[in-house]
Amino acid sequence: MLQFILKRLLYAIPLLIGVSIIGFALMHLAPGGPLGVYTLNPTVSVQDIERIKVIYGLDQPTYIQYMRWAGNMLVGDWGNTFFGGRPVLIVILERVPATLLLAGLSLSIAILLGTGIGMLGAVQRYSIFDYLATTGAMFALSFPTFWFGLMAIFVFAVEMRWFPSGGMFELGEEGNVLDLLHHLVLPTVVLSLVIVATWSRYSRSGFLEVIGQDYIRTAHAKGLSNRLVITRHAFPNAAIPLIALLGVQMPFLFSGALVTETIFGWPGMGRLFVDALTMKEYPVLMGLMMFTAVFVIVGNLLADIGVAMVDPRIRLEG
Amino acid sequence: MTETDNIGTTVDLTPMRSKKLSRSVFRRFLRHRLAVVGGAMVVILLSSALCAPLLAPHDPLLIETSQRFLAPGDNAAFPLGTDELGRDTLSRLLYGGQISLVVGITAMLMTVITGSLVGIVSGYFGGWIDNVLMRFVDTMLCFPQVFLLLVIAAFVTPSLLSISLIIGLTSWMEVARIIRSEILTLKEQDFIKAAVCYGSSHTRIMVRELLPNAMAPILVAATLKVATAVLMESYISYLGYGIQPPLASWGNMLTNAQGYFDTVPFLAILPGVMITLTVMSFNFLGDGLRDALDPRLKMGQ
Repeated sequence: MLQFILKRLLYAIPLLIGVSIIGFALMHLAPGGPLGVYTLNPTVSVQDIERIKVIYGLDQPTYIQYMRWAGNMLVGDWGNTFFGGRPVLIVILERVPATLLLAGLSLSIAILLGTGIGMLGAVQRYSIFDYLATTGAMFALSFPTFWFGLMAIFVFAVEMRWFPSGGMFELGEEGNVLDLLHHLVLPTVVLSLVIVATWSRYSRSGFLEVIGQDYIRTAHAKGLSNRLVITRHAFPNAAIPLIALLGVQMPFLFSGALVTETIFGWPGMGRLFVDALTMKEYPVLMGLMMFTAVFVIVGNLLADIGVAMVDPRIRLEG
Repeated sequence: MTETDNIGTTVDLTPMRSKKLSRSVFRRFLRHRLAVVGGAMVVILLSSALCAPLLAPHDPLLIETSQRFLAPGDNAAFPLGTDELGRDTLSRLLYGGQISLVVGITAMLMTVITGSLVGIVSGYFGGWIDNVLMRFVDTMLCFPQVFLLLVIAAFVTPSLLSISLIIGLTSWMEVARIIRSEILTLKEQDFIKAAVCYGSSHTRIMVRELLPNAMAPILVAATLKVATAVLMESYISYLGYGIQPPLASWGNMLTNAQGYFDTVPFLAILPGVMITLTVMSFNFLGDGLRDALDPRLKMGQ
C-alpha cells in the first residue's frame, strides 16, 4: 500500500511541473506579457515599464524567470494584485470557502441522487423509469448551465419570489445560516443538475456491468433477497469506479462552479476568475489556474488512493 | 422468471433468450428512434443555418427603433418578435445558428484531427513517445476547460476562427485517450503484423491500416464533440469573450436578453432553447452512433 502511494506521489510530480509550465507560458502569452495592465496603459511611460521589468526580474532569460516564478509559487509567494496590491494567495484563499460550500454541497447531492438513479435504472433496466432517467440525463447534459440558471432565476426569483436571485446573504444578515441556505438553493440545484446527469449515466453502466457477472447470479441462486444482493454484493464493486470518477470529475466541477457563480453573483473562486479577467489581473488568473490544477491533481491522487484502499486488485497490480 | 422483492424492484433472473431479445429490440428501437430524431434535427438545423439568407425575413443587424420589444405574433413581419433595438429575433436566431454551427464544426474538426493524431502516434509507437504524449494529455486535463478557454479567449482578438481554434485546442485530450486505447487493441491484431512483415512504413501503417479501422470511435467522438463545442462557444460568448456584438451568436443573444429579463423573457428563452436543441440533437445522434458502431461499448451499457 505504501509503495502504491509513493508511486502515485512520484507520478504527480511531472504533472505539477507540466501544469506550472503551461501556467507560466500562458502568462507570457498574454498581450503585453505579464505586465499587460501597465504596458497597455498609456499613462505609464516606457522607462517606468523598464524599471518594473527589472523589479519583477522580467529582464532575465525565460528559464530563470520560470525557475524564480515556480520557486515563489512553491513557498506561497504568488505575487500581488495590480489593483490594491494585495497578496494573490490571500485573495484566492478568501474565496475558497464559498466555492467549497457551493461545489461540495452540489457534488454531495448529485452523488447521492445520481448513484440512486443509476442504480435503480440498472436494476430495472428497460423500465419506464430507466428510459425516462437516461433520456432525462441526456436533456440535462444538453442544457447550457448559464441558461438553466437564468431560467431558474426568472421563474423562482423574479416571478415566484421564492428564492433570492443572487449573492450569499441579504444586507445585514451576514452570518445568518438560514439566510445562507436560502441563497444556496438555486445555485446548488443549477450546479448539481449536470453532475447528477453524468453521475447517473456512469453509475447505471457500472451497475449493469456488475449485475451481469457470475457472482451476482450465484448470490441470487443462494436465495439471497434482491435487496441484499444489490446492497451487499453489487454496490461495493460498482462503487469502486465511481470513486475514481470523483477525481476525474473535479475539473468539470470547477468549470460548472465558474458559470454558476457568475450567474448568481456567488462570491467564490469562479466569480473571482471572471472579475480578474475583466480587470486583466493576470497574477490572480494564473494563481487561480494553478490553484485549481493542483486541487485537481491532489483530488485525483486521493481518489486513486481511495480506490486502492478498497480494491486489493488495483493495489497489488501497482 | 422474475422476482419482485420488498422494495418493489423487479429483476430478471434467468437469461431467457426470447424475452431478452425482444426487450433489447424494444430498447434498440427506442434508442435508435431518438438517434434518428437527433439526426433529423441535425439535418434541419444545418440546412436552416445554410439557408439563413433565404429564410431570414430581415437583415439580422437591421435596427428598427419603431419596432422594439415586439412579442412573438405581435407583428406578422416579425414572427418571433424583436429585441431592444428592434432587430428581428427570427433572423438573428438563424444567423446566430450559422455562427454557432460553424464554430461547432470547425472546433470539432480541430479536436478530432489533433486527438486522432496524438492518439494514433501515441498508441502505435508506445514507449517514451507514448509516455510523453500521455503525460501532456494528463497535464492539460488538470485545468478546468472553461478556465483555460476564457484565459486564452481573453488574450486573443475574438474571431470565428480563433474561437474555434481555442475550443479545439482545449478539448482534444479525451479524444486522444479514446483513440489511443483503440489503437492499442488494433495493434495486436494479425493484419497489422502482416503489414509490418510486408515492410510497410510507419506512416503507411498508421494512415492506411490503423486510421480506417479506428474510424468508428472517431466518428462517435466527432458527433459528440460538435455538441460540446456549441456549448463551449455559448459559454464564452455569454461571458463576453466569444463572438462580439453586433454579430449574433446564441450565446451573446442571451447575454443581451439578460438585461430585459423581467419584461421580455422570450428574448432569453429562444436562444437557450436553440442551444439546448442543437446540443441535444448531436448528443442523441452520437449516442445512437456509438450503440450502432461500437459493439464493445454496447455490451458495457
